[in-house]
Amino acid sequence: MREITYAEAIREALRHEMKLDDNVFILGEDVGAFGGCFGVTAGLYDEFGGERVMDTPISEAGIMGAALGAALMGMRPVPEIMFVDFMTVCFDYLTNQAPKVRYMCGGQVEKLPMVVRTTTGGWIRAAGQHSQSLEGWFTQVPGLKVVMPSTAHDAKGLLTASLRDNNPVLYIEHKVLYQVPGSVPEEEYLIPLGQADVKKEGTDVTLISYSFMLSKTLNAADKLAGQGINAEVVDLRTLNPLDHDTLARSVQKTHKAVVIQEAVEMGGVASQVVKSLMDSCFDYLDAPIKTVAAGNTVIPFSPPLEDAMLPSEEKIIAAVKKK
Amino acid sequence: MMDLSQEKLLEMYKKMVTIREFEQSLSEAVSGGTLPGFVHLGIGQEAIHVGVAYALRPTDWVSSTHRDHGMLIARGADIKRMRAEIFGKVTGYCKGKGGSMHLAVYDKGAPGCNGILGPSQTINNGIALALKKRGQGDVAVVLFGDGAAHRGEFHEALNLAACWKLPALAICVNNQYAISVCFDDACAIEDIAARSSGYGIPGLVVDGNDVMAVYEAISETVKSIREGKGPALLELKTRRFKGHFEGDPQSYKTPEEVAEEMKNDPIPIFAKQLLEQEITTEEKLKAIEEDVKKELQEAIEFTEKSEYPSLEEIYTDLVYEERRAV
Repeated sequence: MREITYAEAIREALRHEMKLDDNVFILGEDVGAFGGCFGVTAGLYDEFGGERVMDTPISEAGIMGAALGAALMGMRPVPEIMFVDFMTVCFDYLTNQAPKVRYMCGGQVEKLPMVVRTTTGGWIRAAGQHSQSLEGWFTQVPGLKVVMPSTAHDAKGLLTASLRDNNPVLYIEHKVLYQVPGSVPEEEYLIPLGQADVKKEGTDVTLISYSFMLSKTLNAADKLAGQGINAEVVDLRTLNPLDHDTLARSVQKTHKAVVIQEAVEMGGVASQVVKSLMDSCFDYLDAPIKTVAAGNTVIPFSPPLEDAMLPSEEKIIAAVKKK
Repeated sequence: MMDLSQEKLLEMYKKMVTIREFEQSLSEAVSGGTLPGFVHLGIGQEAIHVGVAYALRPTDWVSSTHRDHGMLIARGADIKRMRAEIFGKVTGYCKGKGGSMHLAVYDKGAPGCNGILGPSQTINNGIALALKKRGQGDVAVVLFGDGAAHRGEFHEALNLAACWKLPALAICVNNQYAISVCFDDACAIEDIAARSSGYGIPGLVVDGNDVMAVYEAISETVKSIREGKGPALLELKTRRFKGHFEGDPQSYKTPEEVAEEMKNDPIPIFAKQLLEQEITTEEKLKAIEEDVKKELQEAIEFTEKSEYPSLEEIYTDLVYEERRAV
């Protein structure tokens, strides 16, 4: 099958939906002729023009508000916030505003389709304000779907599903994955939101992860296989809604689980996964569930420090082997 | 009185009295202990609600603040469903899930009140963008207080609206107090409208207690916006006669200041204009006031007879399940 990068897969989904529906439009900082700071929207401005791919001033609240207002009116905005770290300056819109509109008006507004695209993660040597993994915050908002693809294939299918969803969706892309190629069908396909994916089948332990950590987890599983441990790897893909059934099925089979996330441990997705497994698998477990997460500190600039504080294959392997 | 018919003018008077009586009855419910939560009453600001509403077309949109039950009433919302919402009843516009601070009446183009100061200004740009795309000449209007004019969103919204030449009208309702902090302590200039020059858009200060002045200013400004000339900032100077929330004793105002405020009550001001220009008679105004009292009594009874939402409603209206079909 044809291989394209994660960034190209995202662009392909955007272009496809923009061709299908004039109401789909992109707005954000540098998304126009420049093509986005990570090049994801490259070429879309030339293809669709400035009214469909709108450059904005540096006004994150302005971007999110405009997107929300347009969604209220039946348009399908796709605002881009350059880094998830910048969500802090427009936090209101994904907490107090968009996800509450439908509920607080008693359903007068039926649909509020807006897909907020942003980027996450470390390893780009950008230090404490451009490298964080803040997805845990957003999973606490009822009414907001949170999606984090780990492969080019999933990126296209999940984004297409997000763009067809009629609710606010936060779609978080990992910067390190942008240039990673993968097999992606040319035709349209949707990966339903809320469905985790077993990326590798195994029998001895379930490794649960998402986004860029999934590839580290798969590498760790390969190494564990060489040591006689057959790990199953589950990719969450959507953090809210969380696919409790797939998690339960896997851990009821393997009887052990390690949950891996790039974010700091406190209040994160891994904790929620552990809670889900305690509900569904307590009687099946042969060992306490372990988690691997970033160190509880600010992401440092100095590369050896950053590498040491973020999760690694070695840390995943160590967690699996720890009694 | 501009281009307005006698019928329209009396309708405006009736709306102003309706808003006053509606709000007054909420005040009584708060002191009587029958109304839960917070209410922020717009008593004293009725000329703004009615002046704005009557200068707009039904297809225009108008977003407002937590003090603007009156804006929704002026737009034609049913006071029965308004009151039911404020009391958390299932017959309310939002099935009792929004309450006073989040009352919205979308079929009147009124996303209504927002509990957070600032976002309605940026959201209004998105509404304006969609209206511009529809190309019918409709305008998106947003009301916000002098307090909210100091949020960063004021700047982000007006700058973007000006850059994109959106059909958006920003209306700062300056009642001189952000809860307890007076305008002079929170702002180094006299008029918020003066900030319009920073965005290259028109700005105008208007007496917000004179309904005809409000109507005229909005009508003219909106005309220019409909012609594609881009956004504008209007500042309507007014006073609120009640505290920030019902129960706030306004200890930050002197009795003299309160007495001075009351002299500019927009309802007697409008009544005087109507009488002086022989548009109506005292008797007719009295009859309108009686009608309003009757309608309000019906709204009170409707609310009392209405049920609270069923417990299943806790989890409904959160997510739209169906994916869009292509």
